[in-house]
Amino acid sequence: MARRRTRIIIETGWCKSCGICAAFCPVQALVVEPAQTARVADPEACTGCGLCERLCPDLAIELESLEATA
Amino acid sequence: MKTRDYLRTRFFPHLWCAGCGHGTVLNALLRAVDHLGLPKEDIVMVTGIGCSARMAGYVDFHTMHTLHGRALAFATGIKMSRPELQLLVPMGDGDALAIGGNHFIHAARRNIDMTAIIMNNRIYGMTGGQFSPLSGEGTAATTAPWRSIDPAFDAMELARSAGASFAARSTTFHVRELEKILIAAMEHKGFSVVEIFSQCPTYYGRKNQAGDAPKMLEAFRDGTAKLGSKALEDDPQLIPRGVFIDRDAPEYGASYAELCKKAAAESSPERRYGKEVPRC
Amino acid sequence: MSRVRFVQGNEACTLGALYAGMDFFAGYPITPSSEIAEMLSGELPPRGHTFLQMEDEIASLCAVIGGSLTGRKAMTATSGPGFSLMQEALGYAVMAEIPLVIVNVMRGGPSTGLPTQVSQGDVNQARWGIHGDHAVIALTAGSHQALFESTVRAFNLAETFRTPVILLYDELIAHMRERVEIPEDGEIPLVDRLRTSVPRDVDYRPYLPREDGRLPMSDFGGDHRYNVTGLYHDMWGFPSTDPEVVRGLLSHLVDKIEGKEDELTFTREYETDDAETLLISYGSAARSARQAVFDARERGIRMGLLELETLWPFPARKVRDAVAAATDTVVVEMNLGQVYQQVLRAVRHRERVFLSNRIDGRLITPADIRKVLRIISGVGVWA
Repeated sequence: MARRRTRIIIETGWCKSCGICAAFCPVQALVVEPAQTARVADPEACTGCGLCERLCPDLAIELESLEATA
Repeated sequence: MKTRDYLRTRFFPHLWCAGCGHGTVLNALLRAVDHLGLPKEDIVMVTGIGCSARMAGYVDFHTMHTLHGRALAFATGIKMSRPELQLLVPMGDGDALAIGGNHFIHAARRNIDMTAIIMNNRIYGMTGGQFSPLSGEGTAATTAPWRSIDPAFDAMELARSAGASFAARSTTFHVRELEKILIAAMEHKGFSVVEIFSQCPTYYGRKNQAGDAPKMLEAFRDGTAKLGSKALEDDPQLIPRGVFIDRDAPEYGASYAELCKKAAAESSPERRYGKEVPRC
Repeated sequence: MSRVRFVQGNEACTLGALYAGMDFFAGYPITPSSEIAEMLSGELPPRGHTFLQMEDEIASLCAVIGGSLTGRKAMTATSGPGFSLMQEALGYAVMAEIPLVIVNVMRGGPSTGLPTQVSQGDVNQARWGIHGDHAVIALTAGSHQALFESTVRAFNLAETFRTPVILLYDELIAHMRERVEIPEDGEIPLVDRLRTSVPRDVDYRPYLPREDGRLPMSDFGGDHRYNVTGLYHDMWGFPSTDPEVVRGLLSHLVDKIEGKEDELTFTREYETDDAETLLISYGSAARSARQAVFDARERGIRMGLLELETLWPFPARKVRDAVAAATDTVVVEMNLGQVYQQVLRAVRHRERVFLSNRIDGRLITPADIRKVLRIISGVGVWA
């Protein structure tokens, strides 16, 4: 079972689908599809680097540390 | 505290366009505030007019949305009256350096303790995409359909000449660096200037075929280099980022407090309005 | 130190401001008001109060607004060209309901005009210099003692009505010297702004009127975090374009002043009880008018003077009643008839209202006034 250390929480009501989070995520954990708000496509890939949370112009992303599961 | 604890969340989603860099600046600024542990009731945000100025409505601080170009003057009055408060002054490039240029120069000259944050998107966004003095020759805008003949100037050089004791530049791509710079700027006792290249995909981007928001951020990444880096040495055409000025200098409010002490000590009936009364 | 001084008008104003508790000044030098800044640069620092010489007039008024919002009694002083520059910021203070006093010492205009010479040419500008519909309070004075009192009054009205007050006097009063007696402490009551009793961290609405219509303030940067803006705004101070909000706010801004003519009308009367010829004047022109009345009475002519100390809101009711009681009225002023126009508007019988004026940078004299009186009375002026 893979360890998931970070949960990506997206406030979809605030997201304007600019695509920045998806474009710069180093592990492509996020996608922004046409006419859709940002979505966590690959939650397991997330390393908790915090780039998306900081880059988001809509302040719509919050990262939550999770306890690692064995 | 979480970032949203500093926001007036009832007004979200905010009014800035999708991909506008100003939201990223707000993001970094709130992280810097949180890092410093500054209580909300100790923070005053004064803005001018424009897209940048709307930041005031979104933060749960003491906020004042004033007149185009004049934020630093209002802030000076507030700071001189309440020197213990933390003054944050986000402005646009036209707001700070065109109509506000004079107030920028003199706030820097006085070295009054406040943090000027220039969100430089090289355009007047709110009014519909007119060029600004930071747009630069050859750029297109709604008042430069034949392309601008106006040269731009370097805000860091202007800050230096005016006497700023802290001046730094970053971009909305370099978010970690930006947060560190904002922390240093707020901690600095004196006038701090932080210039931030911010993307306006709606006007600057479209008019100049600069692409969407991610594309514009890539341009900030690829078109700039850290001060003192090899990349900058190899290609001097790159725009330098980092801290340009960081020195200690007498802060205006502190100097004024000293002046008041001196004046009180030297005040006497023989001095009317501070001047010696001539004896006839 | 003696309470009696022999001072310039600018000094009488400065003394009045200090008496009123003014503790924040930001200004820029301009003739004929610079003495105010000079005196305050000496007086404020030893008291630990704020004196700022800003980089221009615009910055000066902006800094004053910032200072006032934090709870200070704040003022600036300027003249025509500077007053013109300050209009945008003045409109901001009107819109955001921020008390302050702005002194405009009138000199010859327009433009650079006559920097060291008298006029009363800014009366209409004081009313309408700000763009958009609005109301303002503008006071004046014709003697140094009256100027001291008008200055204190200006601060009191600013705090009471939560608005900027324009103190308009002219270069002649500013620079001539006259006797002033400084009242004892407490002799003239001082007004402080109404402050909210809403506790800290409780929802405070900076623009929600009380039942009596007054708007309690909260020192900015203090107990309550709120927003201030020059945009039309709701009771929380946040921008709104809702037509009902816009109508409500504009009505409030105008009604709080225009509807209070009685509380805001300040005048002095000299020999008006049985006057057949009424002179209406203000500022230094009123001094000549008063002399003309004195001379007339010596010769048995029933003349009187209604001296205005409030210019805006124009004391229309007072003027209408005074004019109705007289046969002829002559407005005496040093401009092209700015108060004269308001008198015409206020009265029923305009055909018996005349203008005696002068606009060449010199004080209008009793002889100038008498010339006009001779024309009106039909005896003619001998060339």
